[in-house]
Amino acid sequence: MMVFTRVLKDVTKNKMLYIMLLPVVLYYILFHYWPMYGAIIAFKEFNPRLGILGSPWAGFGQFIDFFQGAYFWRTLRNTFLISVYGLLWGFPAPIILALLLNEVKSKYFKSTVQTITYLPHFISLVVIAGIIKDFTSSKGIINDILAFFGWERISLLLEPGLFRTIYISTDIWQHIGWGTIIYLAALTGVDPERYEAAKMDGAGRWKQMVHVTIPGMMPTIVILLILDVGRLMNLGFEKIILLYNPGVYETADVISSYVYRVGLQEFNFSYSSAVGLFNSVIGFTLVMFSNWLSRKLNDTSLW
Amino acid sequence: MLNRESLSGRVFDVGNLILLIGLSILTLYPVLYVAFASVSDAASLMAHSGFLWKPLGFSLDAYKSVFKNPMITSGYLNTMFIVVVGLFINILLTSFGAYALSRKSLFYRKKIMLFIVFTMFFSGGLIPFYFVVMNLGLGNTLWALIVPQAMSTFNLIIMRTSFEAIPESLEESAKIDGANDFVILFKIILPLSLPVIAVMLLYYGVSHWNAWFNASIFLQDRALYPLQLVLREILLLGEASGMAEGAGDSDMAMLSATIKYATIMVATVPILCVYPFMQKYFVKGALLGSIKG
Repeated sequence: MMVFTRVLKDVTKNKMLYIMLLPVVLYYILFHYWPMYGAIIAFKEFNPRLGILGSPWAGFGQFIDFFQGAYFWRTLRNTFLISVYGLLWGFPAPIILALLLNEVKSKYFKSTVQTITYLPHFISLVVIAGIIKDFTSSKGIINDILAFFGWERISLLLEPGLFRTIYISTDIWQHIGWGTIIYLAALTGVDPERYEAAKMDGAGRWKQMVHVTIPGMMPTIVILLILDVGRLMNLGFEKIILLYNPGVYETADVISSYVYRVGLQEFNFSYSSAVGLFNSVIGFTLVMFSNWLSRKLNDTSLW
Repeated sequence: MLNRESLSGRVFDVGNLILLIGLSILTLYPVLYVAFASVSDAASLMAHSGFLWKPLGFSLDAYKSVFKNPMITSGYLNTMFIVVVGLFINILLTSFGAYALSRKSLFYRKKIMLFIVFTMFFSGGLIPFYFVVMNLGLGNTLWALIVPQAMSTFNLIIMRTSFEAIPESLEESAKIDGANDFVILFKIILPLSLPVIAVMLLYYGVSHWNAWFNASIFLQDRALYPLQLVLREILLLGEASGMAEGAGDSDMAMLSATIKYATIMVATVPILCVYPFMQKYFVKGALLGSIKG
């Protein structure tokens, strides 16, 4: 009964706080925890007449169907490759930009470049995808340039070999500026005396960058890298489904876009939920692993 | 001073300057291209190929067609409704949650926080989420785009971090005067937190303005479509030609080319006008968020 009196005391003392928390907790139960419970549909053979609870159990049948099906390796490979290449190219980009911005002496010029490079971050994905489609079409500006150099005009979004390149390069274009915010902030924490000391020791600009600036950014770099590795499997589908078409599925179709297509366009609810749940579990495992790694290496973790 | 700067240092400065100007042009150019094309003469634009450094001729026909399109007007109104009502709910719930979870007297603070943060890393997936929204009777209503987006955990963490930084001594005198937590939140904490509220308005506002996916799965009635969904039809599903009504057949095909660009401008300019003024605030917001989460 000790626990009970403890709870009672807390609730009476903080009554107002619990009233405030009520809609918040309700929101999380409804839109986050209820769907987790609803994920049991993945272990069933869903029948709309019987509802989720009434439908017969299928055990791991849906999962086995996925693992043995033709799309398992394709979607897994595409998810992995887009994420890994995205990380390989996309992760260093804002770090390099932050280093370059840090070397700029004119405050006015620096903040102008920052304002400009933040801009694409605020443009909607629909518009970005629309611009990409327009620019890469056979009559688009990119083909105009390629044709000038004697290349043949092709619709670039119809080329399976180019999908990843288009996806990742436009992602970098959209988010490189935004990504610098956190690194530049880390640099404001570097003691100016360290630059002075380095200068005293005769260090030039390059040496100052290598020995003062980069070490100042290092903790942030390590944390963000580990976080990004944790998110490798959580590749979103919004940009993919705006850009892809059946002709490029072999390189563009990732797990989440496959879930969307099979679930909400072909209404195969149980099977697609199983695929989605598989993705969630892998993603969660990766996050836990990278968090554990972060604590080991860095002594910082999310919780 | 200048003499001490080595030659290689100055070469680097110039190279750096050129690189950054190049990047700025690369960032801005697609937006400028769209802006120039939107006010260009349709026939000249069709005939043109390659870069565009200024509008080709000048014509507002495309904008006239865009504003005459009932889908654009209704899309604008629906999006405005979602943004205004959505932001009200967002700010209210996020500040409730952030305030309660920033009070150290709350015994279950850590447990509730874990309950919330867990949802950032694990989700039931798209299909169960779809079922929940439909089961709540939100299907084919604008509420399907507002209620499931009532809070974002990331924003809750930002706001909580900012509330935690407010010294407790400020509230103590109010508490002695018998003020309850609602009074303290609305009369003391929120007025002191205008910068973080500005960040919240920007983050939540932009996400409502740009959202399209939930609308595409929950809405069947075209009259409810938000702006981004209308945009998707025009830009990606190729329905721009339907808008050039009244024009002759060949004019129609031409006008549809500029209509695409005008639509992009109409949907994007509001956000591009707001964000530069919020820069000071969102830089701060990004930092608060990065401390935890």
